[in-house]
Amino acid sequence: MTNAATSGERLRRAGALQRWLTRPELAAVAGAALVFAFFAVVAGDSGFLTLGGTASYLEVAAQLGIVAVPVAMLMIAGEFDLSVGSMVGAAGMIIAISVAEYGWPLWAGVLAAFAAAVLVGLFNGYVVIKTGLPSFIVTLGMLFALRGLTIGFARLLTGRTQIGGLDEAAAGGVLAPLFSGTIGPFSVTVLWWVLLAVLGTWVLQRTVFGNWIFGSGGDPVAARNVGVPVNRVKITLFVCTALSAALLATIQVLDAGSADVLRGTLLELQAIAAAVIGGVLLTGGYGSVVGAVFGALIFGMVSQGIFFTGINTDWFQVFVGVMLLVAVLFNNYIRKRASEAR
Amino acid sequence: MTQTTADGAPLIEARGISKYFGSVVALEDVSMDVRAGEVMCLLGDNGAGKSTLIKVFSGVHPPDRGSLLVEGEEVSFSSPRDAMDRGIATVYQDLAMIPLMGISRNFFLGREPTRGRGPFRRFDVKFADRITREQLRRIGIEIRDTSQPVATLSGGERQSVAIARAVYFGAKVLILDEPTSALGVKQASIVLRYIARTREQGIGVVFITHNVHHAYLVGDRFTVLNHGRSMGTFERQEIGLHELERLMAGGAELEKLEAELSGGGE
Repeated sequence: MTNAATSGERLRRAGALQRWLTRPELAAVAGAALVFAFFAVVAGDSGFLTLGGTASYLEVAAQLGIVAVPVAMLMIAGEFDLSVGSMVGAAGMIIAISVAEYGWPLWAGVLAAFAAAVLVGLFNGYVVIKTGLPSFIVTLGMLFALRGLTIGFARLLTGRTQIGGLDEAAAGGVLAPLFSGTIGPFSVTVLWWVLLAVLGTWVLQRTVFGNWIFGSGGDPVAARNVGVPVNRVKITLFVCTALSAALLATIQVLDAGSADVLRGTLLELQAIAAAVIGGVLLTGGYGSVVGAVFGALIFGMVSQGIFFTGINTDWFQVFVGVMLLVAVLFNNYIRKRASEAR
Repeated sequence: MTQTTADGAPLIEARGISKYFGSVVALEDVSMDVRAGEVMCLLGDNGAGKSTLIKVFSGVHPPDRGSLLVEGEEVSFSSPRDAMDRGIATVYQDLAMIPLMGISRNFFLGREPTRGRGPFRRFDVKFADRITREQLRRIGIEIRDTSQPVATLSGGERQSVAIARAVYFGAKVLILDEPTSALGVKQASIVLRYIARTREQGIGVVFITHNVHHAYLVGDRFTVLNHGRSMGTFERQEIGLHELERLMAGGAELEKLEAELSGGGE
């Protein structure tokens, strides 16, 4: 009828370009392109652009990316999981000890590792929900406790903190090509990464659960008011992050034929860094899986690219630190633009 | 209380509701009702008991005494979900929407439409976008992109979208908790206009506010609370704006202030 309400308000315009410019993953995609261009110019002659070079940085990116995808989703739901790194160490040792020391079949060892991951995820989730403590603290506790348990039990049961001799068990069977096979020049890890990224994106963008993830992180009280099962969403995601750590551990153990109690150290922070570079908001409610995927890709390219440039790899972390800051500043700017009235 | 607006049983009715928090009397013997197609304004100063009363209506607090009737039938709500299932929707002032989420995602949060079966069951984004666009157009908000964050809407528009959402999901009674109090004049007018339009759809609206001017623009009846007690319910034609204001502030107090100020000033 009357258009009085509209006439007072400006009509909103959001062209395709504008829309793209406010996507959460913009910084990560642009950053990845920049980093690639940089190393292509600086280290293009020394092998960065070769198939082998590509495979090497994709492998690093994939290993981080497998964990970064669920970590990003959990962060969008408003929680942290700092225990994923310790979970990688624990899951790896569970596989190695059960197979190499106790002679379990490989599949049983892998299953045990995944079962342990489910328990750790449930524990993290329930403690966060029941106590109302920040997940940062709860999972920080788990980071120490789980690493300690891994080291303690490894020494108690085997007298060692590194277990080798899994090559034989890993070589045969159907599990080996699934977790440590190769596809052309690339390892199957990359395929897992892509698979998880596609699955994660689908869940986040195209399912009801995905909508609940955004709601739970954006404002848990408001989400609960409209009937979103916020607790269930968060606990499910805690289980997913732990499971992704178990998956990475399986890949690493089968690939190397050994396990080490210190595997996965600092992985939790790298995963958070990848998610944040990818545009995930530390306070939750905003971000994308695609962003975290590109965040992990940047990580991979920088860590391997530096090697190709011939610069001492000691400088790798400086790169990462600076990039993290720049990415967050850029993301803040994007988000401000996205949420301002256009 | 005379019936002029609608016939039949009221949509919701509170009879002699009392609510105590420890030794604090939040509500004492308060009665009010809302009929289809009317705007019932619940007025009162801060701490008068408005919030407590709507929390009784929306299933957050069970009353300590008195009874609650929905369409003539006595009910007892054990959770907000119960009230929602009976068609009572509450739109809270600041918790209406999630700012960083897209508009259509917000609109359908908690009640997402789906397509497909089993593992392919998915959020029907197209449907959500289409309905959101339609519903927003009805309020007079034109958007190009339904995935833009709710934060890009103005405060008045946000409240309006939250109301539109409740109406779309079949609310018979709409409880609006101070929908205009955080807004400027222009933004408030967007919401007030929309409240009037909602009434025309036959929905009973409970409009909680401490702003008499806003209430008087759209209200059909007014219930005034003061210190947890009802000062009465008034038809629009039997009470003036000034009288309402007096009642709300506890009458005598405001008159004293008026006398004081006019006596003190030159």
